[in-house]
Amino acid sequence: MKVVMAQKILRANEQVARENRERLKHLPTVNLISSPGAGKTTLLERTIQALRGEVNVGVIEGDIYTTRDAERIAGQGAAVVQVNTAGLCHLDANMVGRALDQLDLAGLDLLFIENVGNLVCPAEFDLGEDYKVALLSVAEGGDKPVKYPLVFRESQAVVINKSDLLAYTDFDINKVQEEIRTINPDILIFVTSAATGEGTEGWYAWLREIVRKKRSATG
Amino acid sequence: MHEVGLIQTVMNEISRVAGANNIERVTRVRLVVGRLNGAIPDALEFAFSVLAPGTMFEGARLEIESVPVTLRCPQCGAESESEELAYFCPKCGGRAEIVSGQELYIDYFEGDDGKEDAGEGSDGPEDSAGERTGGP
Repeated sequence: MKVVMAQKILRANEQVARENRERLKHLPTVNLISSPGAGKTTLLERTIQALRGEVNVGVIEGDIYTTRDAERIAGQGAAVVQVNTAGLCHLDANMVGRALDQLDLAGLDLLFIENVGNLVCPAEFDLGEDYKVALLSVAEGGDKPVKYPLVFRESQAVVINKSDLLAYTDFDINKVQEEIRTINPDILIFVTSAATGEGTEGWYAWLREIVRKKRSATG
Repeated sequence: MHEVGLIQTVMNEISRVAGANNIERVTRVRLVVGRLNGAIPDALEFAFSVLAPGTMFEGARLEIESVPVTLRCPQCGAESESEELAYFCPKCGGRAEIVSGQELYIDYFEGDDGKEDAGEGSDGPEDSAGERTGGP
């Protein structure tokens, strides 16, 4: 007997992502995606500091193992939930849904989901977020957007981090920005150093803007 | 990638539908996988071969239709195929839209109630003596 299903394999994930999105309808949510070591946690630490007293930030911290990053975020006084994927290469909507259970969503102004360090798989899983942000560090080399285009195509913004290292590498910042815009002409690009703070003002301004936007849209 | 997880999901979803259709044994599974997807057919097949034994999928054939990347240019209307993610129309240079290549779905599966012999030389000589004596 033949049974036609014509069913998306990731349907279950999409369903839970929709439920998450409904739960997050008042809370702007950013899914932060990068390779390991690009500086996601450092950028978040600095962002929480910079927005303190103005934007109440919560973080869902995805890691394969350990709670090290969550401890760093908690050290900044932000609400944080650790999700350990125990080997899985990405966060899925279910994991995020369970993490949402543990956060006081009404007390937050902005939620970050720090995905597992991986430039490939996280791009394929909707978590219920408003924005995907790709983080690319100068130390990784400028060929990454062309080699891993999906995440840059799916993202609304990209942060090129570790700009303080530009002088020590052959990373061609203009060429990389051009190549990113070839993949995604509408993407916003921020060039930052989370270590020194250089260039982070534009990033903060965008975050303030998305908080304001969602507030005025949903009341 | 996470092909093992994808195949596990495929098996769970098919098991559910198979159960509702009184299918006890799956003999064939067909997936459609666009080439823009990170899921690699070889890795999906490997995951299937590892996960199938001892389940209703044991001995089943996995077929994967790999869908090429097709682009359409909204400016000049030309359609083109590409081996990878491309962004521009090869005819006029305009920015192209992706028509296909992003698929990832279960097309169909085939199965039976598991009471007949596999018989069709599918997978090894399984001795099914006593298989059919399902009742007093």
